[in-house]
Amino acid sequence: MLRARGVTRKFGGLVAVNNVDFEIPRGSISAIIGPNGAGKTTFFNVIAGIYAPTEGTIELDGKPLISPPTGAGREPILLVLPTIPFIGLAIYFLMAVGGDTGLVEGVASVAVALLGFVGALLLNIIRPAWYNRLIKRIGVTRPARPNDMVVAGLARTFQNIRLYKSLTTLENILVGMHVHLHGSLLGALFKTRLVREEEAAAEQRARELLAFVDLAGMENELAANLPYGKQRLLEIARAIASRPKLLLLDEPAAGMNPKETEEMTALIRRIRDELGITVLLIEHDMRVVMGISDYITVLDHGEKIAEGLPKAIRTNPKVIEAYLGRGAAAGH
Amino acid sequence: MSRIVDAVNAPFAPVRAYFRKHRSFGIFVGVVLLSVALPLLTRVPPFDGIQSTNAWVNAFTTAAIYAMLAMGLNVVIGFAGLLDLGYAAFFALGGYTYALAASPFSGIHLPFWPMLLAGGIVGAIFGVLLGAPTLRLRGDYLAIVTLGFGEIVPITLMNADKFTDGVNGIGGIDKPNIPGILQFTLINPWPMYGLVVVLFTLIMIMIYRLEDSRLGRTWDAIREDELAAESSGVNTVIAKLQAFAVGASIAGIVGVVNAAKITIVTPDQFRFAVSISALAAVVLGGMGNTIGVATGAFIIYLFQSILLKQLNTLVENFNIPILNQIDFLEFQYVLYGIVLVLMMLKRPQGIFPARRRMREFAPLKIGKGGLK
Repeated sequence: MLRARGVTRKFGGLVAVNNVDFEIPRGSISAIIGPNGAGKTTFFNVIAGIYAPTEGTIELDGKPLISPPTGAGREPILLVLPTIPFIGLAIYFLMAVGGDTGLVEGVASVAVALLGFVGALLLNIIRPAWYNRLIKRIGVTRPARPNDMVVAGLARTFQNIRLYKSLTTLENILVGMHVHLHGSLLGALFKTRLVREEEAAAEQRARELLAFVDLAGMENELAANLPYGKQRLLEIARAIASRPKLLLLDEPAAGMNPKETEEMTALIRRIRDELGITVLLIEHDMRVVMGISDYITVLDHGEKIAEGLPKAIRTNPKVIEAYLGRGAAAGH
Repeated sequence: MSRIVDAVNAPFAPVRAYFRKHRSFGIFVGVVLLSVALPLLTRVPPFDGIQSTNAWVNAFTTAAIYAMLAMGLNVVIGFAGLLDLGYAAFFALGGYTYALAASPFSGIHLPFWPMLLAGGIVGAIFGVLLGAPTLRLRGDYLAIVTLGFGEIVPITLMNADKFTDGVNGIGGIDKPNIPGILQFTLINPWPMYGLVVVLFTLIMIMIYRLEDSRLGRTWDAIREDELAAESSGVNTVIAKLQAFAVGASIAGIVGVVNAAKITIVTPDQFRFAVSISALAAVVLGGMGNTIGVATGAFIIYLFQSILLKQLNTLVENFNIPILNQIDFLEFQYVLYGIVLVLMMLKRPQGIFPARRRMREFAPLKIGKGGLK
């Protein structure tokens, strides 16, 4: 379902992720493991659209999703070219009324040029899909943005929980549902029936989601006031609120006690089984990883050193070496 | 103590429940009651001794204009968390839009009502224009860029003599009128008062609706954690631009009304002090709380225009040496400074904190479950 081909990410001279090929089968729970600094989180962030890859591409369901940005040097043209007709129009406007321009003509021509400029600027930063296709023809691809990934069907959680702390749990979920709501600025101003119905339905669904992660009854609790374990649950609920195809979990069991870890494992299984969401996780806790993963990929120093079923990984000498050092591997 | 408060509040519970459900109507009723009560209050001592009712009504009108300005700024600062120090620029652009469209200087005399909308649109365009290059900036850096923009606009207006008549400004701006029914005049402050009350109600209702909408939640999310917001699928670029555009269009509309009220616009009216006074109102009232911010603006404006003026006459009457050399009206900037510093030290969440700010600043007191 998700396929990474030759993904490389460099930070200056440091190669954080080096030429990683990677595939996640639909409906699986896959894990990326590796010692500290192996490049797991970087790889994760590339998939989530936070870092652009230096090389390589990522496909979702066979469609290209992320590729390295190209043609950055040509970008200024994108801003200047569309404004030329407007500036031309403004100059023509000034010439047509003669050298000694009147007030109205002057103001109007400035307004025309300005409108053109703002229009081009807006296109450039909002980047509607047709505009992206258009600029691809002249060889410009922009780095993907995290919000585009969510629209494409990816959702993620963070290693250090990032909730909207002063919002209630319910509001947190509602923000997570953002891409599936369509209320516009004008709709909100006039509170159209469509918007009201949509909001009511969204709230209903948000409550269901909270119940799904066992947070029912805490709708009006502040996210910041939830205990640590429940904050993790809320973050996962917020991620699945965007109805993703693929859920990326960054160390979901970090800092949890054994009982909470067990509940987390059960929840991840339920997300896959009941909601049909494919899961990819990074995890340090080997009990979690070995317990729930269908496939495991091991990274070390930015390179993939092994992949396969948990059983095979457990006994793979390369993996043991990466974790425990050469001596330990030999002694094994 | 709290039992007494509860007992007093009890009979109002159904009323409050009703207005919570029908908030727009509640705002309407509240503003109408207030707009009737305020002029009545000025006929009662000690207020009747200060100035005539007409002068009071005029002062209330200007105060309401400032309050609307502060509410608009609150969208940018309080909701989206983008510190905008150049807000007066949009106010100026709205004012000049109307001045150019309805004054002897340009020779055009367009009617007032559509120009309200035009002022909003001009404001929104420039809001986007300012927002676009500053999208990546936050906090201090954003403040500096917006500060610069706030200076560029009046300076440009001052130097574009041909289009704006420079420092002299554009005078003799048309007063609004409703053909055949009502002609606004400089002497009679009541029609303008009515207009401002209506506009104030509309803007407040709209801001409250925005706050509760999908867009309002988006702004909350961006203020709280921008990366998390992006990872929730929020297009932060568009949401921030919308915040800038909404805030700026309110300033644009208010600018049109202001120009029509005082019938002259000069670059000097829109200097940095205006941005700061709006900011002081936002901080005083409580960032993020629309009613609080409007109240804050009212307090600041009335304080500076009535109390400081009174202080002048008082000192003159008693003929105190040294002190009667001082024009206390000049002290309004000191007032802003004092307000900003005191509020930040003593009550950073504002007099009327927003629900959310209240929680942020007092995390130990909230919630039944509280801290676990």
